[in-house]
Amino acid sequence: MRQRILLTEREERNARLRGQILPIITTILGSAMVVLPIIAVSPIMPPFGLMMLLSWRLLRPELWPVWIAIPLGLADDLFSSQPIGSAVLLWTTSLLILDLVDTRLVWRDYWQDWLIAAGLIILCLAGGLLTANATGGNGNAMLIVPQIVLSILIYPVVARVCAVLDRWRLS
Amino acid sequence: MAPPRNRRSGFSRKAHFGIFATYVIAVTGALLGLLLVVTAWVDPSGHNAIRALLTDVTAPISSGMRALVRGTGDGGGAVLEYFRAGSKNAALREELVIARRKLLQSRITEYENKRLKRLLDIAETAGNAIVAARLTSSSATSSRRFAILNAGANSGVTSGQPVRAPDGLVGRVIEAGRTSARILLITDTGNVVPVLRVNDGLPAIATGTGDGAIDIRSLSAGASVFKPGDVFVTSGTGGVYPPGIPVAIAITASGDGATAYPLADPAKLDFAVVLPIYQPAVAAAPAAPESEGAP
Repeated sequence: MRQRILLTEREERNARLRGQILPIITTILGSAMVVLPIIAVSPIMPPFGLMMLLSWRLLRPELWPVWIAIPLGLADDLFSSQPIGSAVLLWTTSLLILDLVDTRLVWRDYWQDWLIAAGLIILCLAGGLLTANATGGNGNAMLIVPQIVLSILIYPVVARVCAVLDRWRLS
Repeated sequence: MAPPRNRRSGFSRKAHFGIFATYVIAVTGALLGLLLVVTAWVDPSGHNAIRALLTDVTAPISSGMRALVRGTGDGGGAVLEYFRAGSKNAALREELVIARRKLLQSRITEYENKRLKRLLDIAETAGNAIVAARLTSSSATSSRRFAILNAGANSGVTSGQPVRAPDGLVGRVIEAGRTSARILLITDTGNVVPVLRVNDGLPAIATGTGDGAIDIRSLSAGASVFKPGDVFVTSGTGGVYPPGIPVAIAITASGDGATAYPLADPAKLDFAVVLPIYQPAVAAAPAAPESEGAP
């Protein structure tokens, strides 16, 4: 049981703000992971921004409107060195697909969440390769396979982190 | 958990329009994204300017972290080296044999080079570096290979300048912010470097494969011209990259190409040096087809 039920107005406002802002901040922080001082020789880092977006969306479908992927995708594009607009396109498409999936599935469990996220991660990474190739690159599909596998395997961890953050967000 | 069924808005016309509007915005946004990708393809300079603003902010953060992390990374590498000691020893011995042969060859080349240079009256243009700076972070999630350099237009860095390390070529500047610049690494799939083989000046083209290796293609048709151990340097053809910078060493040869690895490993670099854009002398242009083959 909570010790104190009544919050002051200020506390309540802060709590509400935290409830709104935290998912956005954590998603942008996920995108900003590329700032870490790693000079990668191959695309190996999982797209943490995308994974946070999918985790939040799968955990709390009512949290965000579909267009949230536009600003968040833009932020990701600025960090990721992908052509600007790439993640805006792919992330919005992902969320639209998720909305479609939600109208079909009555009940999602953990495994289905993982499967859906895996599908969308593959979609976004493959799409990212396409947009990168369209703007001057020449990578082949095998290049992103290790990244896809790693991302799918790491996704449950991200989802768990997201759940912990959600608990704190609503406390 | 079950998704809430509140996507169906019931009889409220206002709620109905509200949901419809979010979809309209989302689809418009997606199309806008596609449009942006298309404009990035047509005219990348505008996009680069926007991104440069952000890298100016993030480069110092990465740089600070890199200073902290370097010690730890080296420790991990040292442990790995220990496990690979046996095979590494054999490989090194093999490499030594090749290197000895190469040394002899390079001495001959050096002598010949000096003689030819005296003949052509070319002055050495060394020590003209614009700035030495750190590579701080990279595009680790993207299939393109970019790195962020911790120096920008304030230090005289502009787009197009080649970047090298003591061991060899790193890449070239593709956009410059105030205090940071984006480098297109030679391992990127969109980076093409004209190179030549060190021992005989065989011209070739080096393209990145995106996974840390470099694909070398011979310009002259003919089967299996390359051998493992071949070293490639920039030829200076077409400008941008000055001639004579080491680029890569071939590991496996196949057909009329070879897979090589860059001699300068960007992950282990302390400093990279930005050089001015190389412009071949105009007067020398007519003689180029003959002299190109000579080292």
